[in-house]
Parts: sequence; C-alpha cells; structure tokens
Amino acid sequence: MNNFPILTFLTFLPILGMVIVLMLPKKQELSIKITTLLITGIQIILSIFLLMGYNFSAGGINDPSSFQFVEKFRWIDITGFAWIGKIKIDYFLGVDGLSTPLVLLTAIVVFIATISSWSIDKSVKGYFAMFLLLDTGMMGTFVALDFFLFYIFWELMLLPMYFLIGIWGGPRREYAAIKFFLYTLFGSIFILLVMIGLYFSSMETLADGTRVFTFNMLEMMNPANYTANGILSPLNPNNLRLIAYIALFAGFAIKIPMFPFHTWLPDAHVEAPTAISVILAGVLLKMGTYGILRVCYPVFPEITYQLAWWIALFGMINIIYGALTAMAQKDFKKLIAYSSVSHMGFVLLGMAGLNTIGISGAILQMFNHGTITAMLFLIVGVIYDRAHIRDLDAFGGLGKQMPIYTGFVTVAFFAAIGLPGLSGFISEALVFLGGFGSDTTRIFAVISTLGILLGATYMLWTMQRVYLGSLNEKWKELKDLTAREYFMLVPLTVIVIFLGVYPSPMLDLMNASVNAMVKFITDAQGVYSAFNSF
Amino acid sequence: MEVGLNHFLVVSTLLFSMGIYAIVTRKNAILVLMGIELILNSANINFIAFSRFGNFGLQGHLIALFVIVLAAAEAAIALAIVLNIYKTLSTVNIDEIDNLKD
Amino acid sequence: MTESVLINLSNAILFLPVLGFVVTLLLGKKIKSIYLFEVFILTIVLLASIVLAFGKLSYFPDDKITAEFEWFRLTDTFAIKLGFLIDNITVLMLFVVALISGLVHYFSIAYMKGDERYNRYFAYLGLFTFSMNGIVLTHSIIMMYMFWELVGLSSYLLIGFWFEKKSAADAGKKAFLVNRIGDTGMLIGILILYLTYHTFSFDQIFASISAGVLPFNSDFWLSVTGVLLFMGAIGKSAQFPLHVWLPDAMEGPTPVSALIHAATMVAAGVYLTIRIFGLLTADAMMFIAIIGMLSAFIPATIALTQNDIKKVLAYSTVSQLGYMVMALGVGAYKFAFFHLVTHAFFKACLFLGSGSVIHAMHHEQDIRNMGGLRKKMPLTYATFLISSLAVSGIPLTSGFLSKDGILASTFAFGSLTGYWIFAVVGLLVAMLTAFYMFRLVVITFHGEPRDHHKFEHAHESPFVMTMPLTVLAILSIFIFYTPNPVSAEQGWFLTKWIDSPEVHTPNSTRFDFMQSNIVEQASLSGHGEIMYSEQYTEAMHSAHYPAMFLSLFFAVLGILTAFTFYQWKKVNVDKLVASVKPLYNFSLNKWFFDEFYQKTFVAGLFGLSKIMYWFDSKIVDGIVNGSATVTHALSIFMGGFDKYVVDGLVNFMAYLSGFFGLLFRRVQTGKVQTYIVLVIFSIIIFFFFL
Repeated sequence: MNNFPILTFLTFLPILGMVIVLMLPKKQELSIKITTLLITGIQIILSIFLLMGYNFSAGGINDPSSFQFVEKFRWIDITGFAWIGKIKIDYFLGVDGLSTPLVLLTAIVVFIATISSWSIDKSVKGYFAMFLLLDTGMMGTFVALDFFLFYIFWELMLLPMYFLIGIWGGPRREYAAIKFFLYTLFGSIFILLVMIGLYFSSMETLADGTRVFTFNMLEMMNPANYTANGILSPLNPNNLRLIAYIALFAGFAIKIPMFPFHTWLPDAHVEAPTAISVILAGVLLKMGTYGILRVCYPVFPEITYQLAWWIALFGMINIIYGALTAMAQKDFKKLIAYSSVSHMGFVLLGMAGLNTIGISGAILQMFNHGTITAMLFLIVGVIYDRAHIRDLDAFGGLGKQMPIYTGFVTVAFFAAIGLPGLSGFISEALVFLGGFGSDTTRIFAVISTLGILLGATYMLWTMQRVYLGSLNEKWKELKDLTAREYFMLVPLTVIVIFLGVYPSPMLDLMNASVNAMVKFITDAQGVYSAFNSF
Repeated sequence: MEVGLNHFLVVSTLLFSMGIYAIVTRKNAILVLMGIELILNSANINFIAFSRFGNFGLQGHLIALFVIVLAAAEAAIALAIVLNIYKTLSTVNIDEIDNLKD
Repeated sequence: MTESVLINLSNAILFLPVLGFVVTLLLGKKIKSIYLFEVFILTIVLLASIVLAFGKLSYFPDDKITAEFEWFRLTDTFAIKLGFLIDNITVLMLFVVALISGLVHYFSIAYMKGDERYNRYFAYLGLFTFSMNGIVLTHSIIMMYMFWELVGLSSYLLIGFWFEKKSAADAGKKAFLVNRIGDTGMLIGILILYLTYHTFSFDQIFASISAGVLPFNSDFWLSVTGVLLFMGAIGKSAQFPLHVWLPDAMEGPTPVSALIHAATMVAAGVYLTIRIFGLLTADAMMFIAIIGMLSAFIPATIALTQNDIKKVLAYSTVSQLGYMVMALGVGAYKFAFFHLVTHAFFKACLFLGSGSVIHAMHHEQDIRNMGGLRKKMPLTYATFLISSLAVSGIPLTSGFLSKDGILASTFAFGSLTGYWIFAVVGLLVAMLTAFYMFRLVVITFHGEPRDHHKFEHAHESPFVMTMPLTVLAILSIFIFYTPNPVSAEQGWFLTKWIDSPEVHTPNSTRFDFMQSNIVEQASLSGHGEIMYSEQYTEAMHSAHYPAMFLSLFFAVLGILTAFTFYQWKKVNVDKLVASVKPLYNFSLNKWFFDEFYQKTFVAGLFGLSKIMYWFDSKIVDGIVNGSATVTHALSIFMGGFDKYVVDGLVNFMAYLSGFFGLLFRRVQTGKVQTYIVLVIFSIIIFFFFL
C-alpha cells in the first residue's frame, strides 16, 4: 500500500477515463456516462484511502520529508544544452494538510457534478471527455509540488473549461467562454513570469553535489537556496520580490476571483451548464486561494507580512461588495455567483490574519464554500431544469409546491448565511477570530461582520421571492425532486451538517500544516530581515 | 621614308574604324560580318606589327594565325546563322531581327 | 443527587428536543400522529427540568456546576469548548422554558388542528426548545451566540410558518434580519472578548476581569464591549431601536407568539444581559437603562391605540422587556430576573388566552369585532383577567411583586445618582400598561358583542387549551414566589433562589452604590460578589413603600380610566381621539418607525446595492470589456498597419524597381548596334575622364 502511487492514480485516472470515453462509439451515451461515473467514483474511493493512510501530525508546507504520499522522480533532464545549462524538472507529487481537504473536495464535487451532467444531451462524448480532462487538471494542481508541473496542470484545466462553457453553455456562451479564457490566461502570464524568475534565482543541490536551477517549490521556500544575484533572490539588494509577489498574487487573484478581477465569474456561471457551475464554484475558485497559500505565502513570507493589510482590505471589499452586488441581481444564478465573490472574501480575510485560527478558517471556508455553493448551484439547476428560467421575480410560493426541495434550499441558504450547526458558521467564525486577532487586519474583520448581515439579507430575500408567498399558478405542474437530484443533494447536506456539528475531523486534517505554515512564516521574518541588512 | 610601327598602327586603326563603322551603320547582316572581319584583321595587323617591332618572338604571329583560323570558323558559323535567319525570317536586316527582345 | 445527575439531566433536557425535531420532521409525511412523539418528548423534558430545578435548588443551592468538553482545538491556546453552567438562574429559566414550551405544545394540539403542515409545526417547536435550552444552559459566550442564531432560525421558521401569506413571509424575514443587526454587534463584542481573554467561558472572562485584564487596557473598551454584547439583547429582546420586528412577528401562529415572542426567546436578551452583568461598567449600565427606558415607554404609547389583540400584547411585551432591561441598567439584577419569570407566565397566559379567543372567533383578531365574550368563554376570561391584573401590577399577583421591586430600584437609583427619569418613566408606563390592558379586557370580554354572527359561533375552548391557561394563571399568583403579598424581598425566590449578582469590573468603573468591599478575595477567587452599599440598602428600603403606593395608584388610575372610557362610557372616546388626532395617529402608526426605516435604511441599502451593481457592470466590467475593445481596435489598427505600411513598403519597393525597369527597358532595344554605339561612347567618355 505504501508504494502504491495513489496521487498519480488520483490525477491521471480521469485521463484513462477520457481515453476510454473517446474510444467508445458516439451512440453509446449511457456507457459513456457510466464510465465517467465509475472513474469519479473510484476517485472518491482513492481519496478515502488517502485519508485512511494520512498521518495527521505531519506538517508539510516547506518540509519535503513531512509531505505524504510523495512521488518524485526526474521528469525532464537536459544536460548541458548551450547557454541554458542543465534543466532538471521533477515529477513531484505530494499532499499535506493544505491540499488534502481540497483533493477530497475535488473528488466529491466532481462526482456530484457527474451525476448532475446526466441530463446533458448535446455531443455527450465530447462533453465527458472534456469533463474528465478538467478533472485531471484540477486534481493535478492540488497535488503538484513542482512549480513547473503545477503550472502545467493549472493551464491544462483552462482548455476543457473553455470548451465546456463555450459549447455546452447558455445563449451568451461564447462571450463568457472567451472572457473566462482570456482573463485566466492573462493571470497565467504573471504566474509564468514569476515562475521563470524564481527558477533563475533558486538552486537545488543534486545528489552528486552539483547545483542546478530548480522549479521545486519546496526548494524555493528555503532562503539558503537562492543565488546571489538572481532577480528574485533576497540576497540581491535590487531584487524584485515585491513586484513578483504582486504579480503572482494577481495571477491567483483572478481565479479567486478577487475584486476587481471578478467580472468573468458571473458571466461564466450564468452561461455554464449546471454541472460546470458546480465545478467552477466548488473547485476552480479554490485553486486561486490554494495557489496563494501554497506558493505566495511560503516562497515570499516576508512580503506576505508586508502586504497582509492589503490582502485583508481586498478580502473585506470582496465580502461587502459581493454581498451588495448580489442583492441587486434578478438572475438566480448570478446572485449565487456574486455570493461566491462575497464568500471567497472570507478566505482572503482569514488568510491575511497570518495566524492559525485565521488560516484554518480560510482553508475550512474553502472546503465549506465548495460544498455549500455546489448545493446552491444544484438548487438553481433543479429549478432551471423544470421552469427554464432563472428570473427571481418570476417564481413565488415554490415551498408549497416542492416542499422537500425547499427543505434542502433552507439548509443550503442558512449554511451560506452562516447559521451555527451548519458548516459555514465554523469557518466564518474562525475567519473573524483570526482576522480580529491580528493587529493589521482587525479593522477589516470588524467591518466585514457587516457581510454576515448583508449575506442574510440577500439570501432571505431570495428565499422569500422564490419559495415563500403564494404559489404562482404558472408553476403548478412543477414536480418535486427526482431520485437523481436526491442523490446529489443528500451527500452535500450531510457534509454541511456534519461539519457544522463536528468540525474536528476536517480541522485536525489541516491543523499540523497550518501550524507549520504559521511557524514557517513567523520564523522566516528573522531570516529574511538578515538578508535585507546586507 | 622608312615604314615604322606608327604606319602599321595607323592602317590598323583605319581598318578598325571602318569595321566599327560597318558594324554600326550597315543593316545587312552580311556587311556587319564583313565589318567584324575588318576589325579582326586590324587586330592581326597590330599583332604582327608589335611582333615585328617589339621583342616578343613569334607569339604575335602565332596569335594572328589563331585569329585567322577563328575568323574563318566564325565566318562559317555566322554565315550559316545568317542563312538560317534568312530562311525563317526572309530578311537579313538586323533591325528587324529583334525577337529575343521580348 | 450528585452533580453528574444534574449534568445528565441537563443533557437530556438539551438533546431530547433535537430527537423530537428530527423524528417529527422526517416522519411527518408518513405518520400522521407523529406529533404525539414530540409532545411526549416535551413532557419528559418538562419533568426533567422540574427534577433538575428541585435537585439544584435543594441540594446545591449555592454551587455553580460547570461541565465542558472540547469541541475542536487548533493550537495549544485555542480550543473551542462547549459546556454547561448550571446555577440557580439556569435551572429556573430552564423550568420556565420547559413549562411554557410544554404547555404550548398541549395548547397547539387543539389550536393547530387541521393545518396541512401540522407535524412540521411540532418539529419546529422542538427545534426551538432545543435552541432555547442551549442559550440557557451554556457556559460560554460563543455557544450562546450559536444557539442565539438557532433560536433566530426557529423563530424565522415559525413566524413564516404560514408562508403562503406574504405578510407572514415578510415578518419572518424582518425578524431574522433585524436580529442579525444586533447579532453583528454581539459578534464584535465576542471578538473583543476573545482577543483579550483568549477564552469564551463566562467564568474565566470574569476571573480575568477581576484580575485587572481589560480590553485594550482601558475602561472605555470594557464599556464598549458590554454595549456591543448588549446589542444582541437589543435585537433579540426587541428593544428600541430594533423593536420593530416583534409586532410583525405576530403573523406566526398564536401559541408560537406565546412561547417565542412573549415568554422565552425575547427574554433571552434579558437573560444574556444577566449573564454578562459581571462585566458591565457604570457607563454600559447607563446605556442599558436608557435603552430599556425608551423601550418601556415608546411601545406602551403605541399599545394604547392598537386594535389587533395580538399587536397590543406584542407592544406590551416590548414594554415589559424594556422594564427588565431598565431594571438591569439601574442595578436591580434580582428584580429583572424575577420580572422575567413572572412576565413569562402571565404574558404566555395572555397570549394563549388571546389564542383561545382567536380560535373561538375563527381567526378574528380585531378587537373591534369582539365584545361580551366573558359569557361564552368564562375560563378564558378568568385567566385573562388574572394575567391582566398581574401585568398591570395589582397586589396579590406576581406582577405586582416584580414590578414593584423594579420601581423601588429606580427610586433608589434616582435618589443615589440623581437620575430620576427612570422612576418617572417607570410609573408612567405602569399607568399606561394598566390602561391598555384593561382597554383590551373591556373591549374584548365585556359589553355587547359587536359581530353577532361570530359571537354566536364562539365557544369555550377544549381542555387541552384551557388547561395551560389555568396553569399559567395560577402561576401568576404571589404565593409561588413569596409568602408576603406586598413584598418579595423576604420570599424564597429572591433570598434563596437568586444570588446577588457578581460584578467583576474595576471599582472605579462602577456605580458608587455597587462597590465591592471584598476586592482582595475577589481577585483571588475570581468571584466578586457585589455588596450594594449601605446607602443603597437604605434607599431601597425607604423607596419600597412610596414606590409601591405610587405604582398602585397609577395602576388603579389606569384601570379606572380604561373602565371609564370603554365600560361605563362616561367619556366619548371618539371625541377625545378627534381632539388629539395627530398624537393618536402618531401612536396608531407606531411612531412611523417602520416607514422611517423603510425610507432610510432599507431604501438606502437597496439603492447602494443598485449603485454597486451599476458600478460592477458598467465600470469594472466596463473596464474589462473596454480593454477588450481597445485590444480589438488595436489589433485592427495593427492589421491595417501591417497591410498598408509594412506590406505597402515591400510592394512599393517592387513597384519602384518595376518603374525603373520600365525606364531602363527603353535602352534594351535588342539591337546590337545600339549597344555597340553605347559601348563605344561609354569607352570614349571613360577615356575622356581618365
């Protein structure tokens, strides 16, 4: 079991599935769907195995030896090629408490999105092939520890997403797809630039003692590995680390999406099919915050300290601005999209606290937002499948017509509002405590509490417009949930309630890593300030 | 008055000029060929004259002989060409023979 | 009887209602009579709470029993613990909640009969009971906040129980959101507490305050913290200026109004203030007293003119809650809790009585269509009358005792600090209360029936409805609290059951009359029981009789006025109303609070959100799309440049060479003779220049 390359399987199983799907004849839609379901099901089983073998006390972050399920071997090895010198790139996978919750989240959300994709009827084969490719891209991003590999997975996920929105989307799908694609690509350029800058600034020592430039993230986190005159080296008095940090942050921030880079999100969500919205909100947005925590924070700890105030400021803007904008929406899906903007602000705010409570809250919020928003989009999907419109004002009184559905809606809405007993509360409370605990971010935490008030306002107002009041006669024929919809909503509801009542398992999972991260960033201050005195 | 190098050179220059004149002014291809023969012979006179008055041994004579042979060969080929031109174009007026221009 | 028994009982009291909630909700569709399970559970909870109260009060009267377990832990210093704090106040409050909840369950069996979501109603009641018990039992502020939100949820669900009615759905939303405003303040208060004390437990916080640890090391911030926490109470107890949700909440079923919006949940705010009493400074208490005073006065004036039987009671509730809050503000800790308990019983009785009337009148709530009901519904009338006397503060009732205590405290407070305003307003409100309550009683039960059709069909309610009324009315009699009908001071309730409050704030921040003279011990043990100063005891003593007689006088005056106006009709009410029309309208329209909030905050919020969306779609997205457009335009321009300039240059070169070619082509005549001429001339020129 120990030698079983579980992360490789988790990552590349969908590619295998894609090959199978592509080999199946076009007409066999059912077997295509079942293949996808099986593949994603196996992914869930693998991630459960991952959890069973997980060592809860290992920290990870910057210490290669405490990463788990590590797979590392030389992938690209070019020796002495003209002026470039040696290029050595590792195939380096591993998980710690930062990535495991997100691997789990990806497995769950993709599985549920597969069930949700059952109703796709337009070129099924292409859809599921793209869907599985997307799965690989996301999973790979979360387990890659080599920056080069990370970047490849990051970009790999873009292409299928473009087609999934652009072909299977709504009426303005092409606009939305191009906007999404260009926006994210724009961010990727920054990431690429910083990646190359870091590559030419940091070196790792090989087994034979020679030193070569490295893409290994963990090596980049060690200030001792930097060359004296690298452009992003702390040893270089003219280094561009601040600018590089901002560029890298902006690259990730587009994915979060952070104000003012958020406008691709509502368009993408509104046009994307339900399953893709679920993945987009459930997993893709987390890649931005994950990237910041995985790369920005430990590679540039001293700049992180310097800019924590700004991160919290943008977190606050996201929370308040997203909530206010959500309130003005008439389209159900757009409202949920803007609520995502608001909720991702909590992640930023928690991260900016730079303490265990805040960062734990941020990671937990990533997971919780993934499940809750997935639920919310499924809920919109249920109503859209039946009525074929999403206009909030066109409904009313569905609570009477579809009581069970409305029960799930109530759970999801109140989880989004942050009601105690449901998972959203724990993470938001931790974010507030963490944000308030740091002198830099305290004021933003206080202002952000308005977010929970505004959140309740738009959610309950939506609840009232769509589900309460007298039943609009037009919708007398709407049926309550089907078995398939039950199957999507029940697991998520269980997770939301379970983590609300008993968050310990999830917090324990990330705890060692969060503590390691906080310790690393705090300790790094001394190390980096020593460099600056040169 | 002894006949010196200059006299030979004058004669050959006159011959050369007459040859050039013939080449430039005559429209008949045969006459142009005759002009060329004149130029060749003026050159021969020069060769012989320089060979006689200069200290060059027999080289001038040899080259003059070559030129005569070449002139014969050239005349034979050129007349053949002119004959063929006449056959195809029914003229030996060189102003009209400008098909290569295009 | 050991402590662990008490803790196990508390566990049962807390978690059994969850079981009831889940089972009733999930099986509600399948099993028609599953509600009986919930009723059964509540009966057990009621019995358990009686045993708990009995055990606690008789075996551990002076102990604080705490139990906690670690919910989750992040670092060595940060762990969130959930737990119980069981003292006398806890068990008394639990008993009140369980009793009223149980009675409301019984009452609802008949009242809600025939509703299509009958079982779900009982499930929600179970959820509410669970959340409320959580608030009462908790030992930490964060756990209180959690259950605080959960009662908000159950209140939302129950107010909007008949959500097909737009007004009900609106009211539920309004209640939740207005509460959230207060909760936001409370949350900030909790954040400050955690930052300062690194714990959420009341006991540990108080111990740290006694040890001199203050938020941001300043008295001011301690006051601010107290006020922020109290904001939660402002929301939940419907205090001014957030009182607007409670009257609207009357859209819910009447038993729910009795349980949640009269007796228990709205009292949670007062309960919270009692729990945090130890950290309130004089400034914070002054703030609380002023809020309480305004909340006692404003709704009392509104209640004068309302015609909906439940609205009158709702405003009366806000007013009485204001009384309790004001009592806490002036330091009358015991009387505030005493009034909470007595009020819970008689107000629940009043609401259930009104429910009985509404049930009999087929969901008629306007008192102008009632009248003469006492003949048809003698038992309802009798209980309603007893509770009305209690709320008006007439001797021999429990309300007289508690209200008198509060008024005496405001008198004492006035004489010691010079702020007599609370005493004056207290007396005024006592009179107004007596007036509007008897206006209600007279119009509803006395005189001639106004709607004969409905009157004919009216009937006394069944036993399951009258039984709770009877129980609650009996509990409104003085004997359960003290043997002396004019003073509760010596009764067991105030001497044996409720301890003096513990105050932990630094002496310099307290009122002069609340100085602790055992500071040294306090800082050692973490328990600083306050000693009211001798002057305070004297002032209380000398204020007792004046306050009692004055309040009695005003109450009787109010009652007599009500009878004069509506029973004996000595005064033409319509004429009187016409003569003070603006005032009347002002009161009838609830001081225009709703309109004001609607026009300012709500409209402002929606306006802001529209502006934000405009900003988002036009400016932010405009920049994105604009940059796309600019890029596109630039690409068209570059395309043009490429096509016309770069490519044009290449083509121009070709053209140029073509042009010169044409030019020189003239020379190429193909005529050898011409060439030769040229050659010769060239050579001549060449030689010439040479």
